[in-house]
Amino acid sequence: MEGLVESLRLLWGLDPYVYNIIIVSLRVSGLALLFSALIGIPLGTFLGLTNFPGKPLVTALLYTGMGFPPVVVGLFVFILFSTVGPMGRLGWLFTERAMITAQIIIAFPLVAGFTMAAVMSVDRNLMRQLRALGATKIQASWAAIKEARVGVLVAIIAGFGGAISEVGAVMLVGGNIEGKTRVLTTAIVLETRKGNFGVALAFGIILLGLTFFANLAMLYLQKRQMFARE
Amino acid sequence: MRSSLKKLWAILAIMALLFVVVGCQTADNNGAQQEGDESENPVENGEENGADDEEETELADTIVLATTTSTYDSGLLQEILPLFESEYGIEVDVISVGTGQAIEIGERGDCDIILVHARNLEDEFVAEGYGTERWDVMYNDFVFLGPVGDPGALKESADLTEALQKMVEHMNSKGISFLSRGDNSGTHNKELSLWALADIDIEGEEWYNSLGQGMGDTLIAANEMQGYTLTDRGTYLAMSDNLPNLEIVFEGDESLANPYGIIPVNPEKHPGVHHEEAMLLVEFFISDEIQEAIGEFGKDTFGQSLFFPNAK
Repeated sequence: MEGLVESLRLLWGLDPYVYNIIIVSLRVSGLALLFSALIGIPLGTFLGLTNFPGKPLVTALLYTGMGFPPVVVGLFVFILFSTVGPMGRLGWLFTERAMITAQIIIAFPLVAGFTMAAVMSVDRNLMRQLRALGATKIQASWAAIKEARVGVLVAIIAGFGGAISEVGAVMLVGGNIEGKTRVLTTAIVLETRKGNFGVALAFGIILLGLTFFANLAMLYLQKRQMFARE
Repeated sequence: MRSSLKKLWAILAIMALLFVVVGCQTADNNGAQQEGDESENPVENGEENGADDEEETELADTIVLATTTSTYDSGLLQEILPLFESEYGIEVDVISVGTGQAIEIGERGDCDIILVHARNLEDEFVAEGYGTERWDVMYNDFVFLGPVGDPGALKESADLTEALQKMVEHMNSKGISFLSRGDNSGTHNKELSLWALADIDIEGEEWYNSLGQGMGDTLIAANEMQGYTLTDRGTYLAMSDNLPNLEIVFEGDESLANPYGIIPVNPEKHPGVHHEEAMLLVEFFISDEIQEAIGEFGKDTFGQSLFFPNAK
């Protein structure tokens, strides 16, 4: 209750500190999701429709990626972008770019994995017919994605959820810098550390609300798409 | 195919919507920091930097300061760093972690300067060539917190050894816990040295709990468990409203002093660091004006100073 009141107060009060945190959260996770979808959906579709030697290995790797501890991803990205690391010259550590990189690594296996499962459930006969009718491989893949659109949407939602709710990796590689790399999850950790449970809870409620509305928007567009087809 | 294209557009529209919501700022506010080669990407410093009229220096617009949670959680840095930023036009990005992690970040050259409190680790940092030189900035002191009402009667102790012995006795008889940071931070290192000073072996003791967390988390855990812990006074005062189950049970012993040092990262070790800018920050911290501001900090809120300036 205290948290709810506090979160309303923070939102209504137009506190620039809070809005900045929300904006950075959405920007980082939104961009990470965009790239994850660009990598994950084609990869998942490819894995779902094609058989090749070594596919079980790739699939197992993908499934491992779906459950990869974010803090390990964070450590990996930290070492990668650290000044003495292989990509240190970019100077990305403690910036949004490092955070986006970490979240892509966390989210794209989720998108690819769920897309693969969805595409695999598409009727094989349909695929065969399409190919027989002269559809190119790309066209057939599009048809499969279209057929499996609900599953693909779930894949995107899962990717977004994985990205925006993650804390360990962005804390490590972003550094939780006020006004720059502080996002909702790291702000929750900071406020909890300071004993301000009310504020921490408020940020938690804002995070939940954001995720809820983002999902609602995606579902709504999906629904409208279905009706429009009729 | 048309409706699948529509589907794609729908997804892209969601993404676009997201970006409209979040505004189209550049994804990277401080990409210039830690450029591998400074001369490749010098950042003009604008008119704000009127201090160096005679020599045309090109300073970076951002430096990274790795520091301990205590300087940040207490609110000290939020109060004084804006003065530096407006005076020199250089933004200071604060990474607030445990002293152990701050020093590690410094050793890797991922920050330009560190402000920490663990004298032995600091001296090592300089001796191994990772830092150029250490400057005294300020000190505060550590206090032992325990259950309200001091049931272990620690307050009557004559010295640290007696206080810790009483604490251990009380913990053993009542099943009370000691909560340690356990994160190789300055506070953790201090705590270990205090046990050693009192000749108490904590290894494998039932009452000893190593949390591996920051000061705030540890205080909250100690408050919940009504146990004992060691904290810097600043963090305790800043958080005391949220810690109703704890009070100071031992303080004032000279073994409990907690000096903070500031050390720029050595540019010979990591050519990418902004040493010149880091030195400006050192000069800023040890200037009379800021030393005074450090001493004043907290008086209006807590009725006492949280940090005592001691730059020479």
